[in-house]
Amino acid sequence: MNLYELKVHEAHDLIKQKKISCEEILLGVLDRIEEVEGIVQGFVTVTRDYALKKARETDKKIALGRKVGPLTGIPFALKDNMCSKDILTTCSSKILEGFKPPYNATVFERLEEQGAVLVGKTNMDEFAMGSSTENSGLFATKNPWDPSRVPGGSSGGSAAVVASDQVPFALGSDTGGSIRQPASYCGVVGMKPTYGRVSRYGLVAFASSLDQIGPLTKDVKDCALVMNAICGSDLKDSTSAPVDVPDFCSFIGKEVKGIRMGIAEEYFSLGIDDAVRNVIGKAIDNLENLGMGKVELSLPHTSYALPAYYLVSPAEASSNLSRYDGIRYGFRHEDSNNLLETYQKTRSRGFGAEVKRRIMLGTYALSSGYYDAYYLKAQKVRTLIKNDFDEAFKNCDVIVTPTAPTVSFKAGENTQDPLQMYLNDVFTIPVSMSGLPAVSIPCGFINGLPVGLQIIGKPFDEGTILQVADAFEQSRSFLNMKPNFGSFVRGGV
Amino acid sequence: MSKYEVVIGLEVHLELGTKTKIFCSCPTTFGDEPNTQVCPVCLGLPGVLPVLNKRALEFAVLTGLALNCEINSYSKFDRKNYFYPDLPKAYQISQFDFPVGKNGYLKIQSNGETRKIGINRVHLEEDAGKLIHSNDGLFSLVDYNRTGVPLVEIVSEPDLRSAEEARVFLEDLKKILLYTGVSDCKMEEGSLRCDANISVRLKGEAELGTKTELKNMNSFKAVQKGLEFEVERQIERLENGHRIVQETLRWDETKGETVTMRSKEEAHDYRYFPDPDLVPMEIGVMMVEKVKKELPELPLEKKERFVSQYCLSDYDAQVLTGTREMAVFFEECVKLFSEPKIVSNWVMGELSMHMNAAGLDFCTIKVTPEDLVEMLEMLKQGKISGKMAKDVLAEMFNSGKKAHQVVKEKGMEQISDQGVLEEIIQEVIKTNPGPVADYKAKKKKALGFLVGQVMKSTGGSANPQMVNEILRDKLKNV
Repeated sequence: MNLYELKVHEAHDLIKQKKISCEEILLGVLDRIEEVEGIVQGFVTVTRDYALKKARETDKKIALGRKVGPLTGIPFALKDNMCSKDILTTCSSKILEGFKPPYNATVFERLEEQGAVLVGKTNMDEFAMGSSTENSGLFATKNPWDPSRVPGGSSGGSAAVVASDQVPFALGSDTGGSIRQPASYCGVVGMKPTYGRVSRYGLVAFASSLDQIGPLTKDVKDCALVMNAICGSDLKDSTSAPVDVPDFCSFIGKEVKGIRMGIAEEYFSLGIDDAVRNVIGKAIDNLENLGMGKVELSLPHTSYALPAYYLVSPAEASSNLSRYDGIRYGFRHEDSNNLLETYQKTRSRGFGAEVKRRIMLGTYALSSGYYDAYYLKAQKVRTLIKNDFDEAFKNCDVIVTPTAPTVSFKAGENTQDPLQMYLNDVFTIPVSMSGLPAVSIPCGFINGLPVGLQIIGKPFDEGTILQVADAFEQSRSFLNMKPNFGSFVRGGV
Repeated sequence: MSKYEVVIGLEVHLELGTKTKIFCSCPTTFGDEPNTQVCPVCLGLPGVLPVLNKRALEFAVLTGLALNCEINSYSKFDRKNYFYPDLPKAYQISQFDFPVGKNGYLKIQSNGETRKIGINRVHLEEDAGKLIHSNDGLFSLVDYNRTGVPLVEIVSEPDLRSAEEARVFLEDLKKILLYTGVSDCKMEEGSLRCDANISVRLKGEAELGTKTELKNMNSFKAVQKGLEFEVERQIERLENGHRIVQETLRWDETKGETVTMRSKEEAHDYRYFPDPDLVPMEIGVMMVEKVKKELPELPLEKKERFVSQYCLSDYDAQVLTGTREMAVFFEECVKLFSEPKIVSNWVMGELSMHMNAAGLDFCTIKVTPEDLVEMLEMLKQGKISGKMAKDVLAEMFNSGKKAHQVVKEKGMEQISDQGVLEEIIQEVIKTNPGPVADYKAKKKKALGFLVGQVMKSTGGSANPQMVNEILRDKLKNV
C-alpha cells in the first residue's frame, strides 16, 4: 500500500507506533500531488516548504516525547476561503489576488494545535458560489473518477484532492450543499455540521447565516476524528454555539438497531435521476437490514427551499462582498481616473460572472421597496422549512435522502444555464436553510461514477449521523473503490 | 411675532467611554498615531467576525435609562450598507428596528420654563474611520483608529421650537450624559456630534414642512448659529414664494452660512438587514437592574433636591449641579459642615474662581472637601477673618497645604486673647486722645479709626469683633 492511500486513522496508528515519521507521510503525499495534480487541478496553492518545516518540527517534538494526537503529523488541505496567516488566501477570485491574511482561521489554528500539517489550499467556485468548481476565477478542477466531469462545488477542490489521495483529509465549507454535493460527486465522506458547531472565524464569508465549515474524508471514522478537532465554541465567533462537543469517535462501530430513519417523499420526486433513485433505494434497504426502522414522512415546503435560498444567500453575499474595493488588499484596477472608477473597474474585472449575478440579485432583494417581498418573505419560508424538519424529527432520528439528484455531470454542461446548475443543490439546501447537520457518504456507483447518500440529523446530533453512516459504510466495504488513474495518469492526458 | 413655527429634531452621536472597541479588543484612546489601534476585526478584513463588547451594551442601556426610555428586551444588530472610503466593511453595524432604548424624554429648562422633549430612540452602532484630505486635493488618507469605537445615537422627536431651545437641549443632554459617565462628551474631539433636521411651517398647521438636514456642528455655538441661519433662510425662501428643497447641508463656520452637501436625489438606499454575524440580544431584567444601580441622580432631580433639602436658591442649586463632580464636592462638604449656604458661597465663589483661572476641575484640584471644611471651621470659630480666609484658600489651592498649615506658616492666626487685646487697646487709647475725644462727642467715624489703629498694630490679625467690643467697653470708662 502506498503511504498516500492511508486514511487518517491508519496513518495515525503508524506514526504512533513510530513505524513511519510525519515527514515520510508528507513526502508520500507530496509525490502523489506531483503525480496526479496535473490532471485533477485541485490545489490553488501547495505549501510544500511550509509543510516540510511543520512535519519535521512535529517529528522532533514526537522524538522529544510529545503526545501523538489523532491528527498529529497528518497532512491536510484547506479550502481556499479559510484564512491562513501569511499564506495566500484567494477564494479562487481574482479580486483577492495576492492576499495573505495576517491571521489564521480558528479551524486552521485548531488543526495546527493538533499537529496536523497543511499541504495546500484547494480550488473552489469563486467565493463558494457554484456547484461545479467551474466558477473558479483561476481554473477548473476535474473529477478524479472522470476528468471530463466536474468534481461538484463549491468545495470541489477539497473533495477532488481527497478522492485522488492527494491528502488524507481536507476542510470544505457548505452554504447550500458545498461540502455534501462534491463529496457525493467525488465519492468521499463530507459533513456539514450544525450551524454554530464550528467557528466561522477566518472563513471568508459568502452567506454568514448559512456558511459552515466541515470535513471531507475517506471514511466515516476519519470524519469523526476531524470533527473532534474542529468543533466547539469560539470566543471570536458569537454565532458559534456554547454546546458541549461529544467524542464523535464514540459513535463509530456502534449498532444502529432501532434507530428510526425518515424517508421524505419530496426527495424522491424533485428532478431526481432514475438510476440515482434506484441506488438510494438499495441503500435504504441496506439500512433496514441493519435493523433500522423506516418512517415515511413529508417535508411539504421542500420545493420552496431553493428559491428562498437564492434570495437569502445572495442578499447576505451582496453585503459581505461589498468590502472588496481594491483599496486595501487584493486586486486593484490601476487605470482609473478617480475613486469611483477605481471601485467600478476593480469590481467589474475582479469578480466573475456568477459572483456578479448574485451581488446584483442580493442588492435587488434588499433594496427598499423590495425587502418585504423578497428577503423577508424568504426568511419566513426558511422558518417554514425548519418547522417541517422539527415536525419530522418528532417521529424519526435521522432523515435519509439522496445528496444530489444526479451523478457528476460533464464539464461545461450547465455553465450556460445558471438555473439548471442551481438544481444540483435541491436536496442539500433545505438542510442548510434549517441549520441542521448532514453527511454525504458514498453509497454506490452509476457507470463508474459515485452516488452520495445524505443522512440528516437533529441539531447538534452529528453523533447519530456518524453512527448510521459508519454502520452503512462497514456493511458496504466494496465502496472502498478508488478512481482509476492508471488509464490517464501514466498515459499522460 | 413671526407667523412661522420652527420644527427641529436632533440626532446626537456619542462616542462611549469604553476602554475597548465595540466588536474587538482594540483600545479607543483619542489622538494616537494613525492606524496604530487597529486589528483585522475593526479593519473588516475578509473572514473576521464581530464580537460584542458587553460594556458598550451596558452603556447604551444606561444612556437609555437616563433619558427615560423603555429598554427593549429583544434587541439586535443590523447592517447599514453603504460604500464609503472610511468604512472598511462597506457596511456599518447599527440598529434598525429594535434599538436598545425607545420612547423616552428629556426635560429641559428654557426661559424659566420646563419642557419635555421626546426621545425617539437610543441605539448602538460602530463609528467609522476618519479621512484626511491632502491640501492639493489630489489624494486622501484614511485613519482607521476610530473604526469600531462604540457610538450611541440619540434621536429626539421633532419637539424643539427654536435654535436656542436646540442648544439648551444639547447642553442639558450633555450634562446628563456626563453625569452617567458613559462618555467624556468632548465636542472638539468628536465624542459628541450633532446633526439636526429642521423645517418651518405656518403656525397652526398640522403637517410638517419640507426639512433640511444640517450636519456636523461641532460646538453648541455652531448648533445655535447654524440653526438660526437655516431658520431664516427657510422663512425667507417661503416668503419669496420658493419651495424648500430637501437636502443635506453643512454649517460653514467661517462663512457663517449653510452649504449644500447632497440633495435628496442622491439619497442612499442603505439596504438594512439583520446582521447574521451577531446573535440577537436578550436584554434581561437582571441586566437592566444592574445598570440601574449605576444610574446616578440626574441634574434636574438633584437641583430640585438641593433647593428643598438645603434651602438654596434656584440659582445656587443650578450652578452647584452644573457638573456631577461639583455637586458631589458640595455635598461632601455639607456632610461635614452643616451650613449649606456658606459652603455654597465658597464653592461657587472663591473656589470656582481659582479653578477657572487655573483651568482645573473638581477631579484635578488639590483642595478636598475636608480641607475646605477645615478652613470654614476656623473662620466660624473666629480663628481667622473673612479676608484671611480668602488668602488661606488661595494658598491651599496653589500648594495643596491644609488650612491649619497655611495659617501657622504665615502666622495668620487671629488674636482672640482678651488680655492681649485689652493691653493693645489701652495703648491705642492712650496715644490717640483726639479721636477718643471725637468718639465721646458722638462722632461715629472715630470708632472706625481706633479699630483701624488696633488692627494696624497687630498686623491685621486681631479678632475684629472682639476689638470692637473691648474698645467700646474701654471707651465708656475714659
